[in-house]
Amino acid sequence: MPALNQLVSLCWLGLGTLGSRLASALVIVVGIAGVVGVLVALLAMGAGFEATLVATGAPDQAIVLRGGANAELSSSIDRQDVTVISAGPGIARDERGRPIVSAEVVVVVNIPKKATGTDANVEIRGVGPEVYALRPNVRITSGRAFTPGRHELLVGRGAAGQFAGLATGATLTLNQEPWTVVGTFESGDAHESEIWADAEALQSTYRRNAFQSVTVRLERPELITPLEAALTTDPRLHVDVTPTLEYYATQSERLRKLIDFLATTVAVIMAIGATFGALNTMYAAVAARAREVAMLRAIGFASGPIVVSVMLEAMLLALLGGAIGAGLAWAIFDRYTVSTLGANFSQVVFAFQVSPGLVARALGLALLIGLAGGLLPALRAARAPLTDALRAS
Amino acid sequence: MVRLAGVKKNYQRGRQTVEVLHGIDLDIASGEFVALMGPSGSGKTTLLNLIGGLDTPTAGTIEVAGRRLERLTSAALAGWRAANIGFVFQFYNLLPVLPAWRNVELPLLLTSLSAATRRRNALIALELVGLAARAEHRPRELSGGEEQRVAIARALVSDPKLLVCDEPTGDLDRHTAEEVLGLLQTLNREHGKTIVMVTHDPKAADYAGRRVMLDKGTLVAAGA
Repeated sequence: MPALNQLVSLCWLGLGTLGSRLASALVIVVGIAGVVGVLVALLAMGAGFEATLVATGAPDQAIVLRGGANAELSSSIDRQDVTVISAGPGIARDERGRPIVSAEVVVVVNIPKKATGTDANVEIRGVGPEVYALRPNVRITSGRAFTPGRHELLVGRGAAGQFAGLATGATLTLNQEPWTVVGTFESGDAHESEIWADAEALQSTYRRNAFQSVTVRLERPELITPLEAALTTDPRLHVDVTPTLEYYATQSERLRKLIDFLATTVAVIMAIGATFGALNTMYAAVAARAREVAMLRAIGFASGPIVVSVMLEAMLLALLGGAIGAGLAWAIFDRYTVSTLGANFSQVVFAFQVSPGLVARALGLALLIGLAGGLLPALRAARAPLTDALRAS
Repeated sequence: MVRLAGVKKNYQRGRQTVEVLHGIDLDIASGEFVALMGPSGSGKTTLLNLIGGLDTPTAGTIEVAGRRLERLTSAALAGWRAANIGFVFQFYNLLPVLPAWRNVELPLLLTSLSAATRRRNALIALELVGLAARAEHRPRELSGGEEQRVAIARALVSDPKLLVCDEPTGDLDRHTAEEVLGLLQTLNREHGKTIVMVTHDPKAADYAGRRVMLDKGTLVAAGA
């Protein structure tokens, strides 16, 4: 109990004198707010990008690519192969008995970004007539769906927000042929970054016969194994079958790792700077209170509570800075939409995600900086020669 | 109460070892009021710090309130000081953020007394030094003499066996100094407190029952 009394009193004394040390205390708060703010923003970018791609696909979907291809742009599937794939085991059928399959064509075109006016690669996906049954999360939010066989485009919500000239009624020239935007859709995943068209019409414009991928819906998720076995052993085909969840997660992996590496590197460098700031501040705090602390030690206060109280003060200031930094990052960046180059060399539109888990990680770092910055000054406060400190001016 | 035998104290200045006290022998009986005097650098504050357990001797033995101090660790010394010694410093060393009674309460935080008992004892100590009415005032709202009286109340509140005072009037004007010295004398005569006080001032020393003179680290006189 006396030890707790000592600790509470020492903490109270430390906080009570904060007002007179406001400027130096702000060094910790502002420094750590900066570290945490940048870290949260960078990690929120990685989390948002990953979440967008990981949310793409479904457990009962599989994507079929040419054997060895790791993305749609490097894949090619002939028309007759699509027929064989569509007859595979376990593929779900609609009420009219047609397989829920979408043979898709991917074309990348240049469209200026609204924010900068610079051209960016935007993916136009030619889809089959079963695409709405295949991807039931797709919802048309304005206008209407494209008519099969016509030069009409349906624009994803993310693409419509990020790129210029995609409003309903606008005309795009694709391979010297005019195409008209007839509506927009949302899907809550990476497809929102795309523009959709009828696959046959798009093939015609670009003089193509082959598709890049075939996405199928299964009757049940576990039926992917027999489908994979059937398609990969069929002598007429040379394909790979991958669950769509796995495929899109793999697509996001490289960028997510890069962002994580960047976030960690920047955070470590900034954290070292903030730790020195915290050290400096706490040394100054200990120096300013040298005689007070010495008096307390002289009348019998133990070193342990003195060390703990100085460290707690540093950690409290660090936590305050961390909370401010995380709060600012949340206010500025949460749901902030940007686009970056993703799979198929085209832009993926995604929103920053400042999640509670991410904020907790950042606050943990703030506490670590406070701990590191408070330890040495705390030891100095507890070990300074009493006889000198009592007479300090 | 205090028994020093052959006490030496060395300090290190760079590569040089400086002996500040050269074998001090001194006895102070319980209930005495002793003034430690001497010119600057004579070692009187060093001697006071050794008696108060703030420092340890290089050689010799120090026994205070029945305990051999040179054998104690710094943690044990801290506990011993809390139980046995009341300190009065030249610059009061009050905590500016706390009201007077909270400053006086500080040594009681090291005990297992309840908060209510701590407050009551702190107010009694303030009453003893004539500052009950100023209990809620912070140090900056008090005069120098009042601050030192609060510091004396803080030194008394845990009922220590020995009061150790380092130039308690060094920062006060003559009139206020006399008030503070009178208070110390009352505590000695009426409450039986043993007091060891370092002072430069012969008039301050007049309030003590005995003067101990130091010069260049050696006891030169220890008369009445």
